[in-house]
Amino acid sequence: LVSCFTVGQHNGLQHLRCDLHRLDEGPSVQTVLTREDGLRYYRTMQTMRRMELKADQLYKQKIIRGFCHLYDGQEACAVGIEAGISPTDHLITAYRSHGYTYTRGVSVKEIMAELTGRSGGVAKGKGGSMHMYAKNFYGGNGIVGAQVPLGAGVALACQYQGKNEVCVTLYGDGAANQGQIFESFNMAALWKLPCIFICENNKYGMGTSVERASASTDYYKRGDYIPGLRVDGMDVLSVREATRFAADYCRSGKGPILMELQTYRYHGHSMSDPGVSYRTREEIQEIRSKSDPITMLKDCMISRNMASLEEIKDIDATVRKEIEEAAQFATSDPEPPLEDLCKHIFYNDAPLEVRGTHPWMRLKSIS
Amino acid sequence: LLLILIASISRATNPPLTFTGTEIEEQVFIADTHCMNVSAGPTQKMNLFQSVTSALDNTLAGDPTAVIFGEDVAFGGVFRCTVGLRDKYGKDRVFNTPLCEQGIVGFGIGAAAAGATAIAEIQFADYIYPAFDQIVNEAAKYRYRSGNMFDCGKLTIRAPWGCVGHGSIYHSQCPEAFFTHCPGIKIVVPRGPVQAKGLLLSCIADQNPCIFFEPKILYRAAVEQVPTEAYQIPLSQAEVLQEGSDLTLVAWGTQVHVLKEVAAMAQEKLGVSCELIDLRTILPWDTETVCKSVVKTGRLLISHEAPVTGGFAAEISSTVQEECFLNLEAPISRVCGYDTPFPHIFEPFYIPDKWKCFEAVKRMINY
Repeated sequence: LVSCFTVGQHNGLQHLRCDLHRLDEGPSVQTVLTREDGLRYYRTMQTMRRMELKADQLYKQKIIRGFCHLYDGQEACAVGIEAGISPTDHLITAYRSHGYTYTRGVSVKEIMAELTGRSGGVAKGKGGSMHMYAKNFYGGNGIVGAQVPLGAGVALACQYQGKNEVCVTLYGDGAANQGQIFESFNMAALWKLPCIFICENNKYGMGTSVERASASTDYYKRGDYIPGLRVDGMDVLSVREATRFAADYCRSGKGPILMELQTYRYHGHSMSDPGVSYRTREEIQEIRSKSDPITMLKDCMISRNMASLEEIKDIDATVRKEIEEAAQFATSDPEPPLEDLCKHIFYNDAPLEVRGTHPWMRLKSIS
Repeated sequence: LLLILIASISRATNPPLTFTGTEIEEQVFIADTHCMNVSAGPTQKMNLFQSVTSALDNTLAGDPTAVIFGEDVAFGGVFRCTVGLRDKYGKDRVFNTPLCEQGIVGFGIGAAAAGATAIAEIQFADYIYPAFDQIVNEAAKYRYRSGNMFDCGKLTIRAPWGCVGHGSIYHSQCPEAFFTHCPGIKIVVPRGPVQAKGLLLSCIADQNPCIFFEPKILYRAAVEQVPTEAYQIPLSQAEVLQEGSDLTLVAWGTQVHVLKEVAAMAQEKLGVSCELIDLRTILPWDTETVCKSVVKTGRLLISHEAPVTGGFAAEISSTVQEECFLNLEAPISRVCGYDTPFPHIFEPFYIPDKWKCFEAVKRMINY
């Protein structure tokens, strides 16, 4: 088996092609993929894929309730970005966040238990699908576009503390038309904040396609005075190289940079959206067969003799088992205790275990 | 003709201290009998979202300046309120906006000021806050600051509102209280399909900017025989649904149906005769009807899902105690949501269900 190979422009697949805006040079068009990295990316993406599909299943069984926005199809973005930054860097995204929660270090068990609203969940069962957090991962945000000024603020903190960290701030093609995005661009550029703005363009904002929502669909140019680049978000290596380039750019003090990842989601906007009233099944099938990120990486590695089919199958089996166990945990873990309803509203809530009273004394329902 | 249908809300019994498990109780939605007289003419069985579509259909047919816009309204909307309208009236009259609430409302104000009947949809009431400045500072004050030279009275904003069983923080909010603090706009909340159509048509016809909140949990659950032609139900008029002599109950939207059950329970278990009032228009509200009722009964209970502190029940309570002080037999009671963010898994315990309201009735009677 080959231990690594160099990926370049001549491989048939459009690896590492990059569109640039206000940049003289972009990320390197060649990169080295080691066997170890390849298998790790494969395993991470496969775990994310199976986790989302399991969430779909549990939602249909009404074990997961609420609103659930699935990430399958977009795995290469999360994995590629994480590969291009380090764990001490910061990341914030919107509500399609289960994948990022995983890449930022939360176990599948904790993610699934949060989806089912149990006390073993990463937010103790109080947040649900859209509100999962981890060290250096600021969520998980429900309101479209609201996380972008937050990301700029985190970048300010990075700059101020001088630890050479960057903040990756993600948003979608729908959010790209929110006013607060442009406010954030202005502040970040004005103060040269180390903020990587990333637009995950999956072609649809809920049910509206990008052509019908945006006067300009060149999202990487929408930062205007902020340099931008656009890469294929279905190719994990392209995303990794672009992220490395962007992180270097920010760390060198040149200010913010904008990245557009062209990607696709197989599911609808959320579990309440069948996802076929505004696009055809043929379109989804075509992307699945021609540009699926996991399949592309697998084929890439097998065709270059970097991994054997048996190894891949072993990984698949291990992942399946991990997800099953996580789902088992998520369905059997107890729900958070009722006292948690009134905890964490303010800092340092007073303890409520006073004899002769109960937690509900503090919350007024009948005035 | 009494139609009884079951809505799919799970509510748990909640004696404060011990919980042996959730017991599912079914909420009964009772269609009104006496409001069948809102309009002569043919009727058709419609649920709440269909009655909204019917109202919009009547508007687009009768008013050539009417336009409907918002996120995803073209394919019918996420709650199907605008199904078929684009095909029938054209894409220049029913169109999607990008994802920008502030922009949507601002744009609507401009369109209305220039003479179009603008009907803007905000996808969930939880997302209305980016538009708060536009509503409060622009829409509400336009006529006042221009000395009646300009106004945006032809603007109506519609938004799905209220708890839905699994909506959690950002799909369950009732923000009417924030807007009642703003003179210049009108706020209306219907309790069912017949009311919704009539009130929406009144809002559209009204020469002031109106916000129309539609209880999303009733979109499918509430079904009534609704007149197919246009009709209006007057604004700023509360409706007495049931006459009584001992206690006045006031609510709006979904909570009206909860209080209907409470009134029945009070009669059966306590022999207490309750007068039930649906406020309908929250701002400007019908002080006369409520005060006349309290003068008769001497007791008032107001209930809403929104948190108790600063909720609209506080305003009603304050006014009624000023007007009817000597008639009151007991302090005015408000049964509302807790002062916490709207919870995910704790929803059944958060909402002011019939047991909490019944408890408040008992306390008032025994005062």
